[in-house]
This record gives sequence, structure tokens and C-alpha cells, in this order.
Amino acid sequence: MPISPQAIRKGDRLSLAKALTAVENGNPESRSILAALFPFTGNAHLVGVTGAPGTGKSTLVNQLAKTFRQASETPPKIAIIAVDPTSPFTGGALLGDRIRMGDLAGDKGIFIRSMASRGALGGLAHATASFATVLDGAGFDLIFIETVGAGQAEVKIAGLAHTVIVVEAPGLGDEIQAIKAGILEIADILVVNKADRPGAENTARALKAMLEMSLVKNGNIPTAGKHLRLSSSEGAVSEQASHQNWETPVQMVTASEGSGVDAVVNQITSHRDFLKQSGGWQEKENHRLQADLKALIQDLLLHRWEQQIGNGPFTEALEKVINRELTPLDAAESLTNL
Amino acid sequence: MSDRKIRVLIAKPGLDGHDRGAKVIARALRDAGMEIIYTGLRQTPDMIAEAALQEDVDVVGLSILSGAHNALVPAVIYKLHENGLDDVKVFVGGIIPEADIPGLLDKGVYAVYGPGTNTQEVAEDIHQAFNPQNG
Repeated sequence: MPISPQAIRKGDRLSLAKALTAVENGNPESRSILAALFPFTGNAHLVGVTGAPGTGKSTLVNQLAKTFRQASETPPKIAIIAVDPTSPFTGGALLGDRIRMGDLAGDKGIFIRSMASRGALGGLAHATASFATVLDGAGFDLIFIETVGAGQAEVKIAGLAHTVIVVEAPGLGDEIQAIKAGILEIADILVVNKADRPGAENTARALKAMLEMSLVKNGNIPTAGKHLRLSSSEGAVSEQASHQNWETPVQMVTASEGSGVDAVVNQITSHRDFLKQSGGWQEKENHRLQADLKALIQDLLLHRWEQQIGNGPFTEALEKVINRELTPLDAAESLTNL
Repeated sequence: MSDRKIRVLIAKPGLDGHDRGAKVIARALRDAGMEIIYTGLRQTPDMIAEAALQEDVDVVGLSILSGAHNALVPAVIYKLHENGLDDVKVFVGGIIPEADIPGLLDKGVYAVYGPGTNTQEVAEDIHQAFNPQNG
């Protein structure tokens, strides 16, 4: 049975689920589905949630989604993409993020989809961006993307999401130092989860100190007192400044009990408003589409090249490289000089 | 070039609180190269059918130790059909008396597994159900 983009637009959940499968598997019909939905995209607020394994990402997403749904008269339609790792040995995956999201069952305004990383690096799966396109086109207002439990360099989410939440937990000790250079840099909101545990305040303090250092380094020394809120200066805002003028909040949360969650909900909303006002929203969209386009060109060129050259010359050249008769770069150049 | 993976929802309907069996089978199927969505304890038939829909799974595996299988399993199957998931295959594992098995199969269950089942066997049955030529 063909999947109807019209049905997806009208909110048919089965069609949506089937479309996501088609996109994930790269089925032939995924192309026409994405094409039909693409004109309707660009409206959803994409919120990435990342952090080390076991810091409570799923529990936080569960609470955030619940709070957003209860917070207003016209609650946003929410989709959640939860990515977990695929085994490099068997290709199988155990996707367990739904366990923490039991509160959301029964709410037809929420759609949760688990996704295996299928060998992709960077904390997301290859098709995660396309999932976001489908869900955006399907009319979801807010899309949470929970990454694989991430270490230092899994920062792909920063290229996809408008707002990135990095979740930390106390007790990771010196690792706080270690991750300074990687994942913390992409945070728009920092959450110290499990705030009821000893050491949470130390973790929060260390994170704040780190943020203050980077503020000074960028020449953006806060002038409005200790608690710099984003400056609400009206009028034109220079484009380059759009990211730097946001001060990353550090929020203590106990997601299992829901404390601190309201504050994070407000921060997500303020960050969206900030991006819209500063031009950062458009900037991020442009960046993302540019990266998408480049990646697609790479894929297409590679595919065409493979079809054109066939297997023979490649194996031949590879053999020469293995025998040290040709450098890899020379081989690549001769193979691509068609 | 489609890269199709068998997706399996493992769920525990009802009130019994022992999910070791469910975890063992989830792990075994993962090792057999499938993508397993594990939903945890105390799921209602509604929750299971909704998760199966959102996740677009091929198989729903129900683990039941409470003795309530004759009530819960048909309820899950009914809800799956209500959601339009007519092709989803339902497997049941747990403490199921011999005498109840024909009745469950009659209601549309694909297979029933008792204690001591070799997990390999379950994985092979699932592969068989989807790729008969590879089985």
C-alpha cells in the first residue's frame, strides 16, 4: 500500500510511522514522501538533548514533553526521536528510551519514535535529519531529538537542532574537565540532572565557571550584573552576534521528580524567541540546509562515480596502493580523472 | 538499496513485575541482528498497540507470567487491529499452560514459548516468518 503524504499532513499516525520506516530504510518511495512534505517544513522547533549515558536524557525529555503539553491552552504537538546505538557486531539494537516515557502514552498529541544509530557516528543516525523533515512536514510544532549517550565529540546534533540541551549529572568528577572542549561548547542550555544527589551543586558551579571563562574569552564580558539575561535591545541585531549574545543557563533539575523542569521549559521557549529575534533561527536553518546539500552531493557523486568506473579499476588501484607502488592520493586522483 | 531491519516490540502487559525473561529475549534478539524496542513493565493493551504503531514494528513479543494471558493477549491483538496493524505478528512467552495454547493461536498469536525455550529458536522463527528463504 503506497504511503500518502496527504494522510500524513492530516495527522494519520499509521501513515506517518510507515513513512519514517521508508525513510529510515532508504526505500524508493521515501524520496517522493520527503519531496511532498518538504514545502511544509521549517516551522518546527528542533530541540536536541544530549549527554553521557545514564545522565537522565530520556527521563528529562519525558518531563519536558509532559510539561509543554500541560502548560498552555493550545499545547504544541510534540514528536520525540530517540536514538540508541546499534551493535557494531550484530547490527542489532536495544532501544530502551521509551521505558522512561511511559507518562506520555495515551496522549495523541505526542509521537515517539525510537531509532537505531545503524553505524552512524556523531550521536545520530544517518536518517535522523530526514526524520525531522518528515515530522516537521507532518505538522509537529516541537521535535525533541535525543541522541545516543554521547561522550566528547558527538556534536552532530548541533548542526541539526535549533536548541541544544546538554545533560550532565553529578559524580562524573574529573570528566567534567575532559568534556569542556567538546560537547559543552554546543550547549544552549546546560542541565545538571539528579540535583538531589550529593555533588550536584559542585557540578553546576564548575559548569558556570567554565561558561564565564568562555564569555570573557569572546570579549562578551557581562555588563548587566552577575545574572546576564539576554539583552532585549530592540531593532536590528548583527548576525554574527546572534549566537554569542545568548548566555547559556545552567539549570539544576531532578527529572525523576520533575523539579526544575518548568525552568527548562521556559529556557527552551526563550531560546526560540531569542533565535527568532536575533536572526539566529534563519542562520541555523541556512547552515543546516547547506550541510545537507553538500552531504547529498557527496553521496550522489560517489554513487555516480561507482556506477561509471565499475569494480575493475578500483581493485587494480587498490592493489597498487597495498603494494606501496602508488600513494592513496595518486590512486584517488587517477581514479577520479574520468 | 533498502536496508530492512526486523523491528520487534517487547512488552509486558499486566501487573506482574518480573521482566527478566523479557530482557533475556530482548538481548537474544538484539544479538540476532534485530532492532528491539523495550517498553518496560505494566503496559496496558492500549499502550502496547500505540507503541507498536509509532514504532512501526514487525513483531510484538508479549511476556506474561501472571496467568492473565487469556484476557490480555486477545485485548492486545484487538487493539493492534484497531490501529490498522494487521500484519504485525504476535509472539507470546511466559508461563502459559499447555491447554491454553491452542486458544491463543486461534486468537491470532503466531507462536507461544514456555520456560526453557532456546532463545535461538525464537530468533530463527522470527527470521523464518519474514524471510522464508533465509530461514
